[in-house]
Amino acid sequence: MAGVRVLVGTRKGAFILSADGSRTDWQVAGPFFGGWEIYHLKGSAADPDRLYAAQSTGWFGQQIQRSDDGGATWHPVGHEFSYAGVPGTHQWFDGTPHPWEFARVWHLEPSLTDPDTVYAGVEDAALFRSADGGATWSELAGLRTHQTGSQWAPGAGGMCLHTILLDPVNEGRMYAAISAAGAFRSDDAGATWSRINRGLRSDSIPDPDADEGHCVHRITMHPARPEVLFMQKHWDVMRSDDGGGNWHEISGDLPTDFGFPIAVHAHQPDTVYVVPITSDSEHYPPEGRLRVYRSTVGGNEWEPLANGLPQRDCYVNVLRDAMDVDALDECGVYFGTTGGQVYASADGGDSWSAIVRDLPAVLSVEVQTLP
Amino acid sequence: MTAPSAAGQVTIRVELPAHLRTLARVTGEVALPVSASGDAGTVTLAAVLDALESAYPVLRGTMRDHQTGRRRPFVRFYACRQDLSHDSPDQPLPEAVRAGTEPLLVIGAMAGG
Repeated sequence: MAGVRVLVGTRKGAFILSADGSRTDWQVAGPFFGGWEIYHLKGSAADPDRLYAAQSTGWFGQQIQRSDDGGATWHPVGHEFSYAGVPGTHQWFDGTPHPWEFARVWHLEPSLTDPDTVYAGVEDAALFRSADGGATWSELAGLRTHQTGSQWAPGAGGMCLHTILLDPVNEGRMYAAISAAGAFRSDDAGATWSRINRGLRSDSIPDPDADEGHCVHRITMHPARPEVLFMQKHWDVMRSDDGGGNWHEISGDLPTDFGFPIAVHAHQPDTVYVVPITSDSEHYPPEGRLRVYRSTVGGNEWEPLANGLPQRDCYVNVLRDAMDVDALDECGVYFGTTGGQVYASADGGDSWSAIVRDLPAVLSVEVQTLP
Repeated sequence: MTAPSAAGQVTIRVELPAHLRTLARVTGEVALPVSASGDAGTVTLAAVLDALESAYPVLRGTMRDHQTGRRRPFVRFYACRQDLSHDSPDQPLPEAVRAGTEPLLVIGAMAGG
């Protein structure tokens, strides 16, 4: 029987939640790497038993762990992330030049076809690639050395490259997003990059319509329609129908369009999920009610999904990498909170229940659909 | 005094913090052969860290920066009730560490949760 494996990164370790296709009886394994921050872990689409995890602490720096058996055992691989050449400077909070300094890996994106190839998005913003299962890492420096790179500035969470999307149809096309530089696209497998921020508007930057400086929180796509992108920006939910060439707002009737994650239904490319958060200064759901919002028409018209979610006194946040879907016949939707709950819906969001309630703050949720 | 284990080598005791013991897959103290230098046969912190990282490559970058070699901000080195963290890594370690009667302590500084 098919099943799912939910990979959960938290402030104090990683957890793996497993169930068969009914998604009712969950096995919880972990913590793995207890006490370490696990910003992200993700499995290879080409080999679901190949997992990569980004493990770090402020004390001892960055490690990358790899599993070849679906998370039962792990071993550390290469963890040296050296910027190519002389990295120069970017803009600091006060506007002064600041040297590029590696802090941590935010996001790991395995290749769609090769289990040994994996990309890493790091802080200070840069893109790295390993083609040997994580043993060694090389920077794809064309992104960081983009002509605007010296003007990039950190958001409150650091200057992080947090989103990497690999186009499953157009060979060599990939996307990256950086807080707070904006979104970028490469059509040559990461060698060179273009800004794709036309249509974004951010009132908190000097020129709200500028082509850089936007605090993009997350971008996603449906693999069968990769030219359509959905974005949760700092404020605003956005959509592009031309691979990021132009964006238009689809916030519509959301109660607030601030938030972090965004996900697309596995079988319905126009069904989109977001988790509205009150504001950039109040990182919790409006009215203390945790609600996922779903649009089944590609945006603008949204319905609240609250069945099984706390509807009073709930003041958790859901971070950018902490929502995902499975690909079972009836699409499952999953998200984790800063309060340590991981919620699952086995019916596309109509109803929810908590798989676990008391994990450390959840940083990321990735779902594998197993044969 | 610890007898040299090979020409110019002494065995240094190193106590790692829990997270680094887990990474290196060791329990308790590490007994580490380290090259002594000079006529006096002194051992430096840099030599101990070199030997430690060579024996346990997973520890590279965990105590000192990959590129600059500088101590990570929240890592401390203690021995014989002294904080050696701010000393030059090329200074000789205390004789008791060289002799193996005291360990070199690698500490994760008290900070945050």
